[in-house]
Amino acid sequence: MEAYISLFVKAVFIENLALSFFLGMCTFIAVSKKVSTAMGLGIAVMVVQAITVPANNLVYHTLLKEDALAWLGIKGVDLSFLALLACIGMIAALVQILEMILDKFFPALYQALGIFLPLITVNCAILGGSLFMIERDYNFGESVTYGIGSGLGWALAITVMAGVREKLKYSDIPAALQGLGITFITAGLMSLGFMAFSGIQL
Amino acid sequence: MSELLNDETKKVLTEPLVENNPITLQVLGICSALAVTSQMSTSLIMALALTMVTACSSAAISAIRNHIPSSIRIIVQMTIIASLVIVVDQLLKAFAYDVSKQLSVFVGLIITNCIVMGRAEAYAMKNPPLESFIDGIGNGLGYSLILIIVATFREIFGSGKLLGIEVLKLTKDGGWYDPNGLMLLPPSAFFIIGLLIWAVREWKPKQREAIEFKIMSISHGEEGGHH
Repeated sequence: MEAYISLFVKAVFIENLALSFFLGMCTFIAVSKKVSTAMGLGIAVMVVQAITVPANNLVYHTLLKEDALAWLGIKGVDLSFLALLACIGMIAALVQILEMILDKFFPALYQALGIFLPLITVNCAILGGSLFMIERDYNFGESVTYGIGSGLGWALAITVMAGVREKLKYSDIPAALQGLGITFITAGLMSLGFMAFSGIQL
Repeated sequence: MSELLNDETKKVLTEPLVENNPITLQVLGICSALAVTSQMSTSLIMALALTMVTACSSAAISAIRNHIPSSIRIIVQMTIIASLVIVVDQLLKAFAYDVSKQLSVFVGLIITNCIVMGRAEAYAMKNPPLESFIDGIGNGLGYSLILIIVATFREIFGSGKLLGIEVLKLTKDGGWYDPNGLMLLPPSAFFIIGLLIWAVREWKPKQREAIEFKIMSISHGEEGGHH
């Protein structure tokens, strides 16, 4: 149990996908102008991440890994080079299914999250989460924990960023630094803040 | 060759370098630009990989653009891009294993790099293969330029080396330069790109963003007016 808690805290704070691995930066910069929108996207990323990382874990361990096809009686086959294609296909399919389910059964939720779902397929944080899961060889339990944790970390980072940017519009910034420039520098300062967690030993 | 490089082609090739740079103006593909730039060697490999993938995927998508039903075009584009990235990934593992280990997941993340998808969607779906190929190379070069600039700063000031060759002699080897450890950490990449954008927009005022909330100057009589 302790190992899972430690992994969770690590995924949320120490190895924050947005601020220490720069994943999902394009959307992180583009959709962080308002707190409410940022929070909606953050929650959507968290939900998708919590579903796709374990799903990709299952696919990788039952189909792609070296000798994973042993249960079919096929030995000596290593399909792990297909992991990239399988992961992105899985993500695109799951996002599409999630969109349909939300549309059918939870229209209110679909109104709130629907517009973000197509964006999420091409969000590097989602694919990055699955690829880190493969690289670090997590088992199923760990992949569930990592999926939820890393999604939460990303949601946290984008919400905080949007809060800062909402206040930032009242400050007098040099004309050429407006918009993108100052956003990068703010993200850098936030990243410095998150570095403070890196000393934590669990 | 002279026919190939007519004015239109030249424009497609050079415009993404400064005028319409994918990173500093279009805000695309920043993820990997920040993550792999602590060393020059990894940045160069990454830049090369991305340029090749963008150019080849644009050409391939453009070649079949009239046969893709628009409802499933994203999946088709993604499959083409993912296949090309797998080829690059396997090539790196075979011929440059150390660099491939350092780049870890970031080669795979070329699939979701917005530059590749963005060019496929915005240019290759509407133009013939050769132009799309050149457009891909141009945008890849614009990305590479930023990567190389950021990596130069980070490697020289962070470890006193460039491509592993000593430039500034470090104090621990009896030299004079005390390396700045911050340069090797993630935040420095944000700062360098932020300052770079500032510099480019100071030079090219056309790229500046409109100010959403102007601060009004307050007349002298109204003291205590809020800013």
